[in-house]
Amino acid sequence: MSVLVYVEQAEGKFKKSVFEAVSYAKAIADQQSTHLTAISIGDVAETELKELGKYGASNVLNVSTEQLKTFVNQAYASVIASAAEKEGADIVVLSNSFSGKGLAPRIAVKLKAGLADGAVELPSNDGKFSVKKTAFSGKAFAITELTSANKVIALNPNAFGVKENATDATIENFTADIKQSDLGTVIKDIVRAADKVSLPDAELVVSAGRGLKGPENWGMIEELAGLLGAATACSKPVSDADWRPHSEHVGQTGISISPNLYIAIGISGAIQHLAGVSSSKVIVVINKDPEAPFFKVADYGIVGDAFEVVPKLIEALKAHKG
Amino acid sequence: MKILVCISNVPDTTTKITFTNDNTEFNTSGVQYIVNPYDEIALSRAIELTEGGKGTVTVINVGEAANDPTIRKALAIGADDAVRVNAVPRDAYFVAKQIAEYAKDKDFDLILTGRESIDYNGNQVAAMVGEFLDIPSVSIIKKLEIDGDVATIEREIEGGKEVLTVSGKFVASCAEGVAEPKIPNMRGIMSARTKPLNVVEAVSIEEVTKVTKYETPAPRGTVKLIAADQTEQLVSLLHSEAKVI
Repeated sequence: MSVLVYVEQAEGKFKKSVFEAVSYAKAIADQQSTHLTAISIGDVAETELKELGKYGASNVLNVSTEQLKTFVNQAYASVIASAAEKEGADIVVLSNSFSGKGLAPRIAVKLKAGLADGAVELPSNDGKFSVKKTAFSGKAFAITELTSANKVIALNPNAFGVKENATDATIENFTADIKQSDLGTVIKDIVRAADKVSLPDAELVVSAGRGLKGPENWGMIEELAGLLGAATACSKPVSDADWRPHSEHVGQTGISISPNLYIAIGISGAIQHLAGVSSSKVIVVINKDPEAPFFKVADYGIVGDAFEVVPKLIEALKAHKG
Repeated sequence: MKILVCISNVPDTTTKITFTNDNTEFNTSGVQYIVNPYDEIALSRAIELTEGGKGTVTVINVGEAANDPTIRKALAIGADDAVRVNAVPRDAYFVAKQIAEYAKDKDFDLILTGRESIDYNGNQVAAMVGEFLDIPSVSIIKKLEIDGDVATIEREIEGGKEVLTVSGKFVASCAEGVAEPKIPNMRGIMSARTKPLNVVEAVSIEEVTKVTKYETPAPRGTVKLIAADQTEQLVSLLHSEAKVI
C-alpha cells in the first residue's frame, strides 16, 4: 500500500501545479502512514526530477521510452496504471489539468477505482476516504466517498498550495510494455503562446466583459495582466462575439478557475459567470453599474467607468512596483 | 459513418443550486432540465458530419423515463434515433459502463460526449468509455475534422493547443469551438415525436463512488467599496490586507 503521483512535464519542466499535486499526495501518504512515489513520462533532466523530492516524493519512476516522448493518452494511462500495480499503490494522484482529465478516468477503469476529480481538499481521515470536489460548475461541492479499494484523485490547481517537505528522492528508470493499440493518437503539432500565463492554473487573473465595448479595447486589460503577471480571461458574451478566444471564457459553460485574485472588469456577474469564478480567493469588481450582481460576491469593488479606472489602476500598480 | 453521442440531462444553467434532506440530495423542485450544453456541441458536430446521407447519429442517455423530454430535444436537434439505458445514473463509472456495453457490438465509428456535464463536472465518461472499449479517447477537443479513416483533432492544453491525428474508432469529449450548437426547427420538433427512442436495461457493475453530502460555497463578507479615483488604495489593500499581489 502506497501513494503514486503522476507528474506531468511540459517541455521537460514541471509546473507549480505539479509540485502542488506532489505536496497533496505527500499529505495523503502521511495520513495513510505510507510513502510517496512519483512517475514522470517523457524527457526530464535528473536535476528537475530531483526537485520532486523537495515536496515529499521519496522515489521517482522515470519513463523515457522513445514512443512516449509526447503525450499519448491511452499509453500514458497504461504505464501509470501498471506502475501503480507494480508499486502496490492503491491511491493515484494527478493534477486536474487538460491531460490529467484525459488520463484519470482511464486509470480509474484499469484499476477498478473510484475517481474524485476536481478535488479541493485532502480526503477525510475517518476511514471513509471522502473527498470534497467541485460540482455544479462551482455552485456547490460534492463530498464524494471513494468506496473502492483503489482510488484515483485529480486535484484542482490552486486548491491545496505547494508545501515543502524535503526528502532525498531516489530516481529509477521504469519501463512498461506498451501495446501497439495504445498508440492510436499521434501528435502533429503543439502550439504554446510563450508570452502568456496559462489561465487554468493562473494565480492571478484579469477578466473583462461586454463593458469593454469591443475587442480593440483589450490593450489596457493585457497591460494590466502583464504588470501583475496574470492570465487574461473573459465572459461568455465576449467569446461568443469572437472578441476573445473561447479558451479565455470562464463561467459555467466555459472553464472554472480558482485563482488567488480575480479582477472582473465590465462584467455584470450573471449566475453562470459567477459559477466559474466563485472559488477565487479574492474577487475585485470594477463596474460602472452599482447594481451589478457581481458586487454581491466581491471582496473589493470600484463603481466607475472601466475606461477611466483601469488606466488609473495601471498607474497605481506601476507606482507600487516602483 | 455511424456516430454515437452521449447526452446528459442537467439543470438549466440559470438554476440556483440548493439541496434537501440534510444536504444529501439535490433539490430538483422547480428545476428545468436541458441537454447538457457541451453535449449539444457534440451532437451538432455529429449532425454536421453525417448531413446529406453520409451517416447516422444515435444519442444515448443513462437515466429514468423523466429524461425522455431531454432526449426528444436531442432528436429534434437532428439525431436519427435514441437509446435510454433505464437506470439511475449513479456515477460516471456506472454511466460509462452502460454506454460501453451498448456500443460494444454496434460498430460505431465515432463516440462523442460533451467535455463535462455541468452538474457533476466529471469529464470522465468519454475517457472511461474509451477504456472500457479499449479504443483511443481524446478529452476536451476544440476542433474535429474527419477525412476518410483519419480524424484531425485540436485539443486544448494549458496555454495553447495540441494538434493530433487518430485513425479508426475513437471517443472524444467536445468543448466550445467544435461546432455551433444547433437550434431545433419546427420540422425537427415535429419529427422528433416519431423518431425511435429505445429503452434498454442496465448491466450491473460494482459501486466505486458515493456522494454523501453537498456543500455550498461559504458566503463572502460585504464588499469593500473604493472610490474610482483611489486606485492606489485598492493596490495597497490587495498588497497588505488580501496579500495577493
